[in-house]
Amino acid sequence: MFELTEDQKMMQKVARDFAEKQVAPGAEERDEHEAFSRPLYDEMVGLGLSGICFPEQYGGADGDVRCYILAVEEICKADSGIGISLSATVSLCAWPIFAYGTEEQKKKYLVPLAEGTQMGAFGLTEPGAGTDAASQQTVAVRDGDNYIINGSKIFITNGGEAEVYVIFAMTDKSKGVKGITAFILEKGMPGFTFGKKEHKMGIRSSQTMELIFQDVKVPVSQMLGKEGEGFKIAMSTLDGGRIGVAAQALGIAQAAFDAAVKYSKERVQFGKPISANQAISFMIADMATKIDAARLLVYRAAALKDAGKPYSKEAAMAKLFASDIAMEVTTDAVQILGGYGYIREYPTERYMRDAKITQIYEGTNQAQRLVIGGAVLR
Amino acid sequence: MEIVVCVKQVPDTTEVKIDPVKNTLIREGVPSIVNPFDKIAVEVALQLKEKHGGKVRVISMGPPQAADALKECLAMGADEAVLVSDRAFGGADTLATAYALSTAIEKMGPVDLILCGKQAIDGDTAQVGPGIAENLGIPQITYAAKIEITGDTLKVDREHEDGYEVMETKLPAMVTVVKSIAEPRFPTVKGTMKANRTQIPVWTAADINADEKRIGMPGSPTQVRRIFTPKQRVQGELIQEDSAQKAVAVLMQKLSDAKII
Repeated sequence: MFELTEDQKMMQKVARDFAEKQVAPGAEERDEHEAFSRPLYDEMVGLGLSGICFPEQYGGADGDVRCYILAVEEICKADSGIGISLSATVSLCAWPIFAYGTEEQKKKYLVPLAEGTQMGAFGLTEPGAGTDAASQQTVAVRDGDNYIINGSKIFITNGGEAEVYVIFAMTDKSKGVKGITAFILEKGMPGFTFGKKEHKMGIRSSQTMELIFQDVKVPVSQMLGKEGEGFKIAMSTLDGGRIGVAAQALGIAQAAFDAAVKYSKERVQFGKPISANQAISFMIADMATKIDAARLLVYRAAALKDAGKPYSKEAAMAKLFASDIAMEVTTDAVQILGGYGYIREYPTERYMRDAKITQIYEGTNQAQRLVIGGAVLR
Repeated sequence: MEIVVCVKQVPDTTEVKIDPVKNTLIREGVPSIVNPFDKIAVEVALQLKEKHGGKVRVISMGPPQAADALKECLAMGADEAVLVSDRAFGGADTLATAYALSTAIEKMGPVDLILCGKQAIDGDTAQVGPGIAENLGIPQITYAAKIEITGDTLKVDREHEDGYEVMETKLPAMVTVVKSIAEPRFPTVKGTMKANRTQIPVWTAADINADEKRIGMPGSPTQVRRIFTPKQRVQGELIQEDSAQKAVAVLMQKLSDAKII
C-alpha cells in the first residue's frame, strides 16, 4: 500500500507528463474565462485516461483504481476543473454503467466512455434534493415499453458537453428511496435540453449546467439496473466518486504546497529566504504532514475498492479529510505568498477557490460524517 | 521500412552534478528519463512507419534499469525493444558504446534506417550515432531537421546555425535528429500498460559476439583527466563600427581604458 506498483508508477508518469506539458499551461486562462476546453479534454481521454480502471473488453486498460486515482491527482495538480470533468465521466457515469449495466448498455455506452470518444455526466441533484437525495421531483412514468421523464437536475458537471448521462427519477413516489430508478440518457434525445450554465467560484474550467427533461421518452432498455434500484446505484456510485474527489483535493493541496515551498525558498525578506523563518517552516511542516495523511487515506480507500472489500466508510473518510486539508493547505499557501498569493499572477488563489468545492460536492463533508458515524455506530 | 532507434537513459536534470573525487556523474536521487533527443528520434521513426509501413525497434545499452527507458518508447508505439546489458560493457566510452550497439544492430538483421538523438543531455558528446554508422560502414547525416524518404533515397535538411544544408543519400543510413524535427507524442495508457508487461530481451556481450577487447573499459581509450562545471562565461561585447579600422580603434581604446594594454 505504501509502495506503488510499476503499473501505478507508470500511470502516474503518463498523467504527470501530460498534465505538465498540456494541461498546466492554459489553466490560468481557462479559469479566468470560465472556459471548458473540449479539445484538451479529448486529448486527455484520447490517451486512455478515462479507461484506466475498466476491463479491456470494454475499451479500458485493465488497470486498477489506484492507477486511475493517481492520474486524477496528477491532472488536478495542473487544473482541477479538467480533473473533475474526467472524474465525473469515469466515476459517476462510466462506473455505474460498468457495475449495473446490461451487456448491451456496456457495449453501447461504457466502451466509448472508456475509449474517450464520448463524455459522461451524472444527474442526481435537484433544487430541492441535495444531501436529501431522496426528495427527487423528477419523475419517470411507464408508458408501454417506454418511460416518460419530466423534471430537472442542477449543478451537473459536464452538463451540455457530455454525450451520455446517468440520471435518476422517481418511478414510484409511494416507495420513497425505493421508488427511485436510474436511466441512461443521450444528449440530443427529444425533450432533453440544457438550462443555464453556472458561474462558479472555483473549478471554473469545468462546465456545470442544468439538465431539463420535458416529456423525454426513453425505451425501457435505457433503464440502468432494476426499477427502484436507483438510490442504491446513486449511493454506491457516490462512494466511488468520493475517492475521485478526494484525489482531486489531494492534487489541489499538493499543487498549492509545491508553490508555497518554492516561493518560500525564493522570497527574501530581512536578508534571508522566508523559509528560514521557523514561522514559515512550521507551516510547511504541518502542510506536508496533512497532505501525507490525506494521501494515505485516499490510497487506502482505492486499495480497498481494488481488493473488492467494503470501502464506503473509508472513501467518506478520505473525501472528508482530503478536502478539509486541501482547504487548509491552500489557505496557508496563500498566506505564505502574502500579497502575491492573493493576486492572480500566482496560482495559489485559484487553488484556494478550487479547494472549496471539494468540501461540498459528491456529498458535503457533513454528509460524509453521517456516513462515517453511521458505519462506526452501526 | 526497418527502423532502429538508439536510446539512452539519462538523469533528469539540466544541471548534472559531478562527483569531484571520482570524476563521474552523481546519479543517486536523480530520476532517470529517456534522453529527450532520443525520444524525438522515436517520434520521427513512428511517423516514418506510419507513412511507409514497417517496424520500429528501439535499442539501448545500459544497466538493467535502462529497460524503463525502452518501456517508455514501447508505450509511445515502438514495436520491439532490445536491451544490451552486461557487466563487461561497464565503463564504456563513446567508441566502445558505438561498437557494442553496432554489433547488436547487426544481430538484429537488415536495417534500413538507424535514428539517434543528436546527442545525450548528460555526456553531450554526439559521438555514438556517427560511431555506429562508421562501424557499420553506412552513410551518416547528423542534425536532421527534416527527413524525406523516396524509395531507397533519403533526403535530409541538416540544421546549421544559419540555415539548412540539404543532403541526399541511399539507404541504409544513420541519421541523428534535432529538437525542431518533431514533438514526441504522449504514451497512451494502454500502450503503457502493455509496455509494462513486456519482457524486454537482454543481450549480453556473448549474445552479440562482441570482441572483448573492444567493449567496456578495455575498449575505451578515452581517458578522463578531470570533469568540472565550467565557470559561467560572461557575455562578450561585440564592437560594430562602419569599418574595421574604426572598430580596432574602439577596441584599442577599451583595452587601454581597462589597463589591459
